[in-house]
Amino acid sequence: MTTMTEQATQVYAVFIRATPEQVWDGITKPEFTMKYFHGTRIESTFEPGTPYLSLAADGDQQLVDGEVLESDPPRTLKHTWRALYDPETAAEPFSQVTWEIEPQEGGVTKLTVTHDRLEAAPKTAESVAGGWEYVLSGLKTLLETGKPLSNQGM
Amino acid sequence: MPSDDDLVFRALADPTRRHLLDRLYERDGRTLTELESELEMSRFGVMKHLRLLEEAGLVVTRREGRQKLHYLNPVPIRLIHDRWIDKYRERQVSTLADFKSELEDTA
Repeated sequence: MTTMTEQATQVYAVFIRATPEQVWDGITKPEFTMKYFHGTRIESTFEPGTPYLSLAADGDQQLVDGEVLESDPPRTLKHTWRALYDPETAAEPFSQVTWEIEPQEGGVTKLTVTHDRLEAAPKTAESVAGGWEYVLSGLKTLLETGKPLSNQGM
Repeated sequence: MPSDDDLVFRALADPTRRHLLDRLYERDGRTLTELESELEMSRFGVMKHLRLLEEAGLVVTRREGRQKLHYLNPVPIRLIHDRWIDKYRERQVSTLADFKSELEDTA
């Protein structure tokens, strides 16, 4: 979405036919994130004050740096975010990502991702716009079908 | 109960709602008052359209202080794309590829 004005607050939501616990596992366990999150492994104990890291699946290259701010499984996860995969985004200050998991009627769970505090991180804002929708649709497909999207796993 | 896709297609099948999505695409996180000022429609009419967009998941709202801000959520459109567009485009591409190799074989 390169034509879109870079937004300092970005909100994405998806309805997934899964339990809140399954969605929590989907966003916190590396065996899941590798299948939909641009092939990356999430590494964290998910305790406030500890690191939230994203690593390339095929090596130890760190792609995202962050710190867990709040963790309430299977409801809320909040962490900071600094993308290291591009020197321009790596030079920007930390932004913030909040995952909110809410059970709905009929065995459906709503997952909302808010990426904010991007005012001082325009390159990061540009880089993640378009990325989150891809990540969330991949997570939905994975949890509902057990399979990654066909064009996933880059 | 309509499926997720039904809600999205229904929401998109109206020019005012597509216009609202385009306005949010240009600038996200807007109030009802801001959106209403760009449309020749009553506040109630705009509210009704926003509610349908929200039910389809195309718009997500957040409270910020006393304001309710509307955000464009592109995820349902991505899902429609994956389900309804990518699939047929692949077929079209492979048909063209077959056509090309057929032409080259006979040449």
